[in-house]
Amino acid sequence: MTTENQAGNPYLRISNVIKYFGDFCALNDVSIDIEEGEFVCFLGPSGCGKTTLLRAIAGLELQTHGRIEQAGRDISNLPPAERDFGIVFQSYALFPNLSIIRNVAYGLENRKLPKAEIETRARELLELVGLTGQDDKYPAQLSGGQQQRVALARALATSPGLLLLDEPLSALDARVRVHLRHEIKQLQHRLGVTTIMVTHDQEEALTMADRIVVMNEGVIEQVGTPMEIYRHPATAFVADFIGKMNFADGRVSNAGKVKLGDVELSCDTGPHGAGQAVQVAVRPEDIVARDVKAGDENAFAANVADLEFLGSSLRVDLTGPALGGQTLTADLSVNLMRELDLEPGHDVTVRIPAERIALYATGEG
Amino acid sequence: MTTNDLTQAAAAAKYGRPARQRMGRDDLVMRGTMGLLGLFLLVAIVLPLYAMLSKSFETFTYRFDTIEFQVSGGEGMPWGKTMNALALGTELDVITPESMVTSNGGRFQATEFFPDFSFRAPTLYRMRNVGEGGGGFMVAGGPVYHADWVEMDGNAFRRAQIRPTESHGIDNYLTYVNTPSLFFSVYNSLFIALTTTFIVIILAFFYAYALTRTCMPFKGVFRIIALIPILAPSLLPAISLVYLFGNQGIMKGLLMGESIYGPIGVVIGSAFWTFPHALMILVTALSISDARLYEAAEALRTPKLRTFLTVTLPGAKYGLISATFVIFTLVITDFGVPKVIGGQFNVLATDIYKQVIGQQNFQMGAVVSVVLLLPAVIAFAVDRIVQRKQVALLSARAVPLVPKPHSRIDKAAAVYCGAIGVVIVGVLGMAFWASLIKFWPYNMSLSLANYDFDVMDGGGWEAYGNSIRMALYTAIFGTAIIFSGAYLVEKGRGFGFGRGLIQLLAILPMAVPGMVLGLAYIFFFNHPDNPLNFIYGSMAILVLVTITHFYTVSHLTAATALKQMDPEFEAVSASLKTPFYRTFAKVTVPVCLPAILDVSIYLFVNAMTTVSAVVFLYATDTTLASVAVLNMDDAGDIAPAAAMAMMIVYTSAGIRLLHALMTKGLHRRSQAWRMR
Repeated sequence: MTTENQAGNPYLRISNVIKYFGDFCALNDVSIDIEEGEFVCFLGPSGCGKTTLLRAIAGLELQTHGRIEQAGRDISNLPPAERDFGIVFQSYALFPNLSIIRNVAYGLENRKLPKAEIETRARELLELVGLTGQDDKYPAQLSGGQQQRVALARALATSPGLLLLDEPLSALDARVRVHLRHEIKQLQHRLGVTTIMVTHDQEEALTMADRIVVMNEGVIEQVGTPMEIYRHPATAFVADFIGKMNFADGRVSNAGKVKLGDVELSCDTGPHGAGQAVQVAVRPEDIVARDVKAGDENAFAANVADLEFLGSSLRVDLTGPALGGQTLTADLSVNLMRELDLEPGHDVTVRIPAERIALYATGEG
Repeated sequence: MTTNDLTQAAAAAKYGRPARQRMGRDDLVMRGTMGLLGLFLLVAIVLPLYAMLSKSFETFTYRFDTIEFQVSGGEGMPWGKTMNALALGTELDVITPESMVTSNGGRFQATEFFPDFSFRAPTLYRMRNVGEGGGGFMVAGGPVYHADWVEMDGNAFRRAQIRPTESHGIDNYLTYVNTPSLFFSVYNSLFIALTTTFIVIILAFFYAYALTRTCMPFKGVFRIIALIPILAPSLLPAISLVYLFGNQGIMKGLLMGESIYGPIGVVIGSAFWTFPHALMILVTALSISDARLYEAAEALRTPKLRTFLTVTLPGAKYGLISATFVIFTLVITDFGVPKVIGGQFNVLATDIYKQVIGQQNFQMGAVVSVVLLLPAVIAFAVDRIVQRKQVALLSARAVPLVPKPHSRIDKAAAVYCGAIGVVIVGVLGMAFWASLIKFWPYNMSLSLANYDFDVMDGGGWEAYGNSIRMALYTAIFGTAIIFSGAYLVEKGRGFGFGRGLIQLLAILPMAVPGMVLGLAYIFFFNHPDNPLNFIYGSMAILVLVTITHFYTVSHLTAATALKQMDPEFEAVSASLKTPFYRTFAKVTVPVCLPAILDVSIYLFVNAMTTVSAVVFLYATDTTLASVAVLNMDDAGDIAPAAAMAMMIVYTSAGIRLLHALMTKGLHRRSQAWRMR
């Protein structure tokens, strides 16, 4: 392995990482490449191994098998202090007895820099994260959002090549979270530091990440841009975990046709052969009710079982013989409801665009 | 799970052995320190206990069958027939199976085999060793192990002694069980411990209830009064009881002819000094309670008594169990009270003292120690299990109970606490008063003569100075070692086995009674082959035994404080390339300073008051104040003993006061960052 980072080589390469806690397999043969300057989110439900993977990258948890390379250097067996990263935890882990400025300066202080230089750099960083005039306060005197900014400044102080964020926003209340989300993304973009963030909040991942790594039960389910992940979920798990998804039992009737109750829908049947039982997945917003006539492709009549008012939109439960008694949920606008006179018990004709239908093998997820 | 799921074995087969992290500088320093700490605990507790255990299996018996005699009528006269000592002794009935068992110091006079022996007679004697496994015999020139005849005249033969031989087995335990005077102490100890525990738990429970669940006046005063006994050595209440109910006691009539010297005195004295220990546990148990349970009970119109029986008692269940075992252990292992006021009433702890100090029978001392170790270990194990269960008792969303005023109950509580408070202050006041009386009961004028320790046996003021020094060293070194150890256990990375082992060793000392630890130290450190032999009889061994004896509580206090710190501080400082010890000094220690102060004060006060751990280990120039109390009381100088005990109380109280002030100052200084 060469020590230089050759063109074309990723900044961080994780190969076949396996981690056992006793008999429990937390990471099962995980491999992924991360490019320099990328913002990557590890997304998944709790216990999926995302935090374990982050801690393995930091060296805080040692993988049982596998290799991790950073900037062309094999760091698999290095202790954390010999790796190059800054880290922000959900709990902030600010030193309570040190003032804000001393917290930020903490990593600089043992680099034998002149005092004034340390001070200037720390002030710059606080400015960078939007905290000025609070230098001599203690962490306990700041709000949660402010504390998280200090933690971020402290992690960036030593100019690490890799920034690791472990659920940095989940201890904050919703408003602050949305605000900080945006700021962190901008800061990362400006500094160009390769960043990995662990989160279980799909919205956070979709809005912030360049690429999302969806994990479940110790394996990577899918890697892709937010749009790819949302539009083309690779597995039923991803489809279910990201956004809202209808699943209905169907059976492939011919290539390009799937039968769902009484209705036969056109769609890309991909590898699924005729006669195979599949799960038919449709997002609620992809069910169209405006200007649909019976006889349109993939149009069918359905009965309104229930209505749920969500403010700007409605969540409509559709059922009927066309669906074989199964229920699909559609998101429809309030205006449309008035136009179509939707009420429980009424019938409505809806259509599902063929390219919006995804099929998954039954039993998966 | 997916299909490409690797089993652990398959992964190992595919990728070779599991990865190992290269050790960084931090890891090396941490493991090095952990190694030193492990070594410390090994030397301080494991090896001494092992030495004691093996000592208890050491037996000494006379192998008379390996000794032979010959007698001659005088110079130039022929030697008689060769006589085996065993056959001769059995024939003459001078040896019995029992008399063949002895201790390491045992010697059997050779003249016992010759009833008509006279050292003036011209008779000559010869002795020799035959066979294997004998212990040899002593003559004026020293021990003899060889098989050649040693010839002696009557005068020399008078000093000839047969030595026992050492072997290993359970004989000592058999002897113990078959010696009624020894074995009966087991009953006595159990009786005292059970009775005292029963009394103390009931008294302390209602006292704690009054402090936490009523609106009685003067709560602060009652709380402080109840904790007074902690400041005194356990010898003090016993001395006070002598003055109150002894042969010349001022309230002797109250006993209606019973003697205070015996079980009555031991129970009262033990109850006095263990009361605050039970109280602290029960106050904690009763403090954590969910007000909503009581609101629900009230809404359901539950009678007060039923609420008490169905809500209060079950809520305090674990506290009650824990307190019961703690008090039982404290009483059964205590040495001070039964020594002073037990009279002829023997308990296990005083038996150890008598066997070791009185009879120099170390093996039997070790046996009694093992016997005493058993109930202590069992009580300790049960307590640990119970405490583990208590953790999840209270949910985070519980609403703390705020007692409501209730004039009748509040008054009754105040009267109850007042009564107990009067007894506590009375017992302490008695010792205080007695220490100032010139010559009880004949000259009742006040004087400080009893404090003139230098004119009395026991160690004088030097003993007091030694105690202060010992307590200071214990506090300083003990806190440093224990806090660092707790830090490594709680915050160390990896090396789980080592950390688990140290955790276990840190908990172990609590199960070992002070007397047992002290005796174990003799066996271990006084062994001539031990390279650490040089600390025997020095101040260092006193400090070591005291730190070890009080290690567990200090360790748990430190660990609790450390657990409350963010678990990621070490990870953050590693990511900032800062060595862990810098973060330890700059963050961990300042944040944990209140707990560190608590630990050091706890060690100081206990070092001042402990008797049991040090009573076997002090030398003439390292006598301690608490030992001086014991020795002066032994010598009949009860008033000076009371005075010295009071000196310990003054010192402990002063240190406690200082601690309170320091903590207050600390809180003021760190207010800015300590708010939550």
